[in-house]
Amino acid sequence: MSTETSPVPQSGVADDGQQRPRIAVSALATNLREYGLVLALIIIMLFFQFTTDGTLFKPLNLSNLVQQNSFIIVMALGMLLVIVAGHIDLSVGSVAGFIGALGANMMVTWQLGLLSNPLVASIVCLIVGAAIGAAQGYWIAYHRIPSFIVTLGGMLIFRGLCQAMLGGGLSVGPLPADFKELSSGFIPEVLGVWTLVPPTVNAAGKTIFGSGVQLQMTSVVLGLIGVAAYAWFGLSARRTRERHGYEAEPFALFAVKTIVISLLTLFLVYQFAIYKGLPIVLVVMGLLIGLFVFVTKRMVIGRRVYALGGNAKAAQLSGIKTERLTLYVFINMGVLSALGGLIIAARLGQAVPAAGLGSELDVIAAVFIGGASAMGGVGQVIATVVGGFIMGVMNNGMSIMGVNVDWQQVVKGLVLLGAVVFDVYNKNKS
Amino acid sequence: MASTILEMRGITKTFPGVKALSNVTLSVEEGEIHAIVGENGAGKSTLMKVLSGVYPTGTYDGTIVFRGQECQFAGIHDSERLGIVIIHQELALVPMLSIAENIFLGNEHASYGIIDWNANETRTRALLKKVGLDEDPKTLITNIGVGKQQLVEIAKALSKEVKLLILDEPTASLSEKDSQALLDLLLEFKRQGMTSILISHKLNEVSRVADHVTVIRDGQTIETMERKDVSEDRIITSMVGRSLDDRYPPREPKIGEVVLQVKDWSVYHPIHAERQVIKGIDLTVRKGEVVGIAGLMGAGRTEFAMSLFGRSWGRRITGSVTLDGKPVDVSTVGKAVEQGIAYVTEDRKTYGLNLIDHIKHNVSAANMKGVSKRGVIDDLRELSVANEYRAKTNIRAPSVYQLTGNLSGGNQQKVVLSKWLFADPEVLILDEPTRGIDVGAKYEIYTIIARLAAEGRAVLVISSEMPELLGITDRIYVMNEGRIVGEMATADASQEKIMRAIVRGEGKAA
Repeated sequence: MSTETSPVPQSGVADDGQQRPRIAVSALATNLREYGLVLALIIIMLFFQFTTDGTLFKPLNLSNLVQQNSFIIVMALGMLLVIVAGHIDLSVGSVAGFIGALGANMMVTWQLGLLSNPLVASIVCLIVGAAIGAAQGYWIAYHRIPSFIVTLGGMLIFRGLCQAMLGGGLSVGPLPADFKELSSGFIPEVLGVWTLVPPTVNAAGKTIFGSGVQLQMTSVVLGLIGVAAYAWFGLSARRTRERHGYEAEPFALFAVKTIVISLLTLFLVYQFAIYKGLPIVLVVMGLLIGLFVFVTKRMVIGRRVYALGGNAKAAQLSGIKTERLTLYVFINMGVLSALGGLIIAARLGQAVPAAGLGSELDVIAAVFIGGASAMGGVGQVIATVVGGFIMGVMNNGMSIMGVNVDWQQVVKGLVLLGAVVFDVYNKNKS
Repeated sequence: MASTILEMRGITKTFPGVKALSNVTLSVEEGEIHAIVGENGAGKSTLMKVLSGVYPTGTYDGTIVFRGQECQFAGIHDSERLGIVIIHQELALVPMLSIAENIFLGNEHASYGIIDWNANETRTRALLKKVGLDEDPKTLITNIGVGKQQLVEIAKALSKEVKLLILDEPTASLSEKDSQALLDLLLEFKRQGMTSILISHKLNEVSRVADHVTVIRDGQTIETMERKDVSEDRIITSMVGRSLDDRYPPREPKIGEVVLQVKDWSVYHPIHAERQVIKGIDLTVRKGEVVGIAGLMGAGRTEFAMSLFGRSWGRRITGSVTLDGKPVDVSTVGKAVEQGIAYVTEDRKTYGLNLIDHIKHNVSAANMKGVSKRGVIDDLRELSVANEYRAKTNIRAPSVYQLTGNLSGGNQQKVVLSKWLFADPEVLILDEPTRGIDVGAKYEIYTIIARLAAEGRAVLVISSEMPELLGITDRIYVMNEGRIVGEMATADASQEKIMRAIVRGEGKAA
């Protein structure tokens, strides 16, 4: 029993000649979906840019777009983990509404001293969100009640509580100006404004509103730092891989990807910078997206969620505490629902009974457009965010075009269906 | 000379990057039993998928001639219409429907959409009689054993006016007795003039019933043998492309101190609370020793192993476990793993792997600490670990980014093994480590087991294949009805001795 009797590895033989092109093809193939999704978003944006006579990319509209959709994307980050873990959460819209009502009452109606401080109240709201997530997750994780049922219950319960807390159909407001900054504020300008094109001066010696280009430099610098960091991390990760003798994706692909994403980012930053700078909520959202990319790609707990959704029994027999992990996933969802609720309330300036109504469907749709599997185990953060923006841009674009709300829903439904059909078709083909 | 019922000529099928079949030729005579053997991943299943129209005409090269006609199948319905019926390894029955409902599923006797249950039942009875299954047609599939389910599948095939019956590993999950009955049934069909193709790993079955044996290796036809030339050795040589004088790697056991000691281990059934499944088991495994647990299906071996491994099975578990003489807490899987115990499941697809994830992530799954720092995964470290274990266990895949769901059974088993080897356990419990994998891969698994023992680990192997236990272990426990009914050094053991211990144990229990 020596070398000649041990079987020859089949793959080792033909490897060297084929490895390179195969890696190039597979790198393209595995990322095709994500590229396709970004491409779809760009096409949709260009379509609306055209049909709305350029309104879509107007700085003011971009800010609106972000402010209107950020809460969907924030909640979609939590929903992604829920869906990857093999569950669903139908209660997020109601929880968001309930938390909005709770926060508004704490800040406006009830005189609670320190607890009425916007920051303190917000933190309490997030904790309450965690508790709600834990309460629902407990039944799902430890008693194996299907999440669909538990959260359907939660959806009714918290919508009801939201309305009850607002005294049945009333709204509570106005909310403190400090709090509203969360949604409608912009990052403070510390570097000053730089005049790129001086404003036109009219005959009366006054500047014409809207003329000239003035850049909010803090936003520009943050944007540049972000893009530089993105490119640098990408490059250094490539270099490490190569140093250890592993194939990275082909350089051309990497370069094109990096340049396209950087240019796109810089373009958007520029649009924000010539208006009032980066919205605070965009920064919050960006940080959360970064955090969740890191958690899902690089952290053990993220990996475990995928393992749980991929095969719960195998995960358990690998020593993963599946019940506790499920609980954590729902606690996370609760916190993000609460944050979503705060963002909604801050944007409206008040808590209303219908806040977040039906938004669970937009959130879930964003995750599925992003390519997550309804069976669990599959889904990506960036794809989910792009999915969320596809929904958001369509909402926004169609509203500007004056498309009736009824028809907007029809179109969104078709896009969701189309995205999933495309996925399934691709999977069967390969 | 009998006439040829099926000719497949020059079949070539490529998948992106892989040539699964290369110029395969298969010729089956009318009224014979034709066996196809080959290692996992050799291309047997692909060939059958081409034949049954799962891969439609145009997606492969070559011609299929069935009963003198060249066939162009657009889908599985076309081949079924001609009487080619395939029974897959994984049974395709609906558990909560009755036997009759399953047999005529999609093919019900009905007029205007209203089912004529009497006609269905009468025909079912006739079909069940043909396959020798004595069950009420109204019995739910879930209430009959897997052997009987196989017979229902065959009855279902018969209901479709089958001319050519293809069985893919029909006996893989059957007991010895059920397997014999199934083979007898095939011989009976042959007497009635039916043609069958049998895909099997079990060479003794093949040499018992087959008229011709075609060997496929690496997507190519190696040879077709006549009945008179068939011998297990010749098949094996042909299958693996080398002579296999010894099916088990030699080893020189260096046995040390007792590592694992289990005392008075008792477990009750998780649902039927009054049923005691494991009844006071005592067992030891020494350093560097390979210990087998023999027994029939249902003896409680898997239940014992899983209850030991973090109480993954059963209730009211009592007894003590010591490792290296120290009592240890193995009440959760996490604790058991931490103490150095690993359990490699008998059902890799259900309990062992995340099939929708790739090799790399599966290998690290049981030891994330080994590839991470403070909860952050070191991607490169993980990659090098995966590559290291791919080489160590000889996993055949183009890269570690291959989804485990796309691997053959033997390679999947190697991934599960890699996962647990990376967890670096002191005690390894292997439950049916070679179930459903081919001869070549089996040998590789045995080599890994031998190496583990040589490294000084304690290995406990549960197996239903007695020759395997006799071939690779140092000592064998015999289990029956939740008890250890015998213990013997492998040197003194034989299949007869093991069977005798089981039978005697049965007498004792009753």
